[in-house]
Amino acid sequence: MTPDAALIRYVTRLGDNALVLGQRMIELVAASPELEEELANANFALDYIGQARMLYTHAGEREGQGRNEDDVAFLRAEHEYRNLLLVEQPNGHFGDSTVRAVLFESFYVLLLDALTRCDDEGLAGIAARAVKEVRYHLKHSSQWLVRLGDGTEESHVRAQQSLNDLWRFTGEMFADDEVDRIVRDEFDGPDLNVIAGQWRQAVAAIVGAATLEMPADGWMASGGKSGRHTEHFGYLLADLQYMQRVYPGAAW
Amino acid sequence: MYTQGLDQAGKSDPAGAETKAQLDAFQARVDAEEKIEAKDWMPEAYRRTLIRQISQHAHSEIIGMQPEGNWLTRAPTLKRKAILLAKVQDEAGHGLYLYGAAETLGISRDRMVADLLSGKAKYSSIFNYPTLTWADIGAIGWLVDGAAIMNQIPLCRCSYGPYSRAMVRICKEESFHQRQGYEIMLTLCRGTDEQKAMAQDALNRFWWPSLMMFGPSDAASKHSAQSMAWKIKRFSNDELRQKFIDVTVPQAEYLGLKVPDDKLRFDEETGHYEHSDIDWQEFFDVIAGNGPCNEQRMAKRRKAHDDGAWVREAARAHAAKRAKAAA
Ligand SMILES: [Fe+2]
Ligand SMILES: [Fe+2]
Repeated sequence: MTPDAALIRYVTRLGDNALVLGQRMIELVAASPELEEELANANFALDYIGQARMLYTHAGEREGQGRNEDDVAFLRAEHEYRNLLLVEQPNGHFGDSTVRAVLFESFYVLLLDALTRCDDEGLAGIAARAVKEVRYHLKHSSQWLVRLGDGTEESHVRAQQSLNDLWRFTGEMFADDEVDRIVRDEFDGPDLNVIAGQWRQAVAAIVGAATLEMPADGWMASGGKSGRHTEHFGYLLADLQYMQRVYPGAAW
Repeated sequence: MYTQGLDQAGKSDPAGAETKAQLDAFQARVDAEEKIEAKDWMPEAYRRTLIRQISQHAHSEIIGMQPEGNWLTRAPTLKRKAILLAKVQDEAGHGLYLYGAAETLGISRDRMVADLLSGKAKYSSIFNYPTLTWADIGAIGWLVDGAAIMNQIPLCRCSYGPYSRAMVRICKEESFHQRQGYEIMLTLCRGTDEQKAMAQDALNRFWWPSLMMFGPSDAASKHSAQSMAWKIKRFSNDELRQKFIDVTVPQAEYLGLKVPDDKLRFDEETGHYEHSDIDWQEFFDVIAGNGPCNEQRMAKRRKAHDDGAWVREAARAHAAKRAKAAA
């Protein structure tokens, strides 16, 4: 794989994470536990959709074949989306979506921070903007995890269960592949081994503050980064792509 | 969105403690276009009328997120998705802001939400219609936010200060929504035949319900006079409806769409459009709970509330622990 091809894949993958998580959060609109949370959820989902747009546009430009953000976002087959399995997991209850946010955002914020220093100027610029947003998201989601963990007995049990259930999707974040390695070596990109250590520390601190237990590292699911998704993903795509598939080529 | 001219006036002073002097002094302030503030003396009926109107308005913003939220996951482009998401977020913000304005009158948000969930409080009838195609998102922005603006611009001068100030801020955003909706319609009408047909169908379904947003006709509107005297209301339901029609029909023509009213015609003498009679039976049915989506909208709101109970409880318990630790 050429360095350029790897970078394009890498940026598209980042866009996929943002789009898919944004899409999941959008499913929560008008279903939040309170009105203030309704606003926060919509606001953060908007940030993720915005990031996906910037990342896809950048990938399309680097590719140079005239693909715009919507071509990349809507017109691929399921196996061509390369998001982490974690972000495509269904919303479940509020504890599940909160834990999903904490686990992903504590990783993503470290990744973005490292990317602000990478050699691809466009990507570094996007990362600089996105890292500020995600820092704020993480603050919000981790505060919620603390409230749930250190709230009532019921919320404590639920939050611990969510954490245990989603833990198996965290290994994939740090399992580097050829794309990760080329971006690390050729573009001064993030080192996932380093980030793994930082992530563990950060998550342990949040989990501790929430009076919860860190789950044991058991079997880890993977496949999202190479296009093998969980069964949930096809339905998410069916919704996402509906209009573009039914009315091909129309302008909206 | 969205008030609706339901004119449910509050009952006046049950204890009979209000003196004529107080009432006269109050009316004099209103007549002098002074703003009434939360701490000022006000007739009980004025307070209750406002609580009912503002909370109904707030509930409408919240329920109104549902029909539009219905197309968020399926929006046709990322840009449209982002714009729609921002709009829905604005509506949540309007709800929050309006609940706050109502709270200044001495009612809690919890109480208002409980009244919505029990079915005691109403919200605008327009949100009990389904959004069946993407064009409905355009039609809602154009017509529903458009009608909301007609209703709410005069409310920016409402005698009650907190409500009038909330309206100034909200109207700015509603007019933004209206333009975005019209822009969706314009894009569809310049698109393929299928897209044009989709736009026409949306107009067909949303035209009459949008006209009903202004509330019953003046003849059937019992409490308007009092609201007018208190300068809560500045124009009658029919006046606002007429204004909306006069502005909107040329917009439909520009789009190349046909307003679904065979009797619609411009009267050169009056300078207004004449239109067919509105099916008030449909209006009263929907208000009474018998619209296409009443059950669905309320069920979704109740489910969100019920599903969130353990979360709100956890937040309260945690805050109490923190407060105890800090003490
Ligand atoms: Fe609104
Ligand atoms: Fe609006």
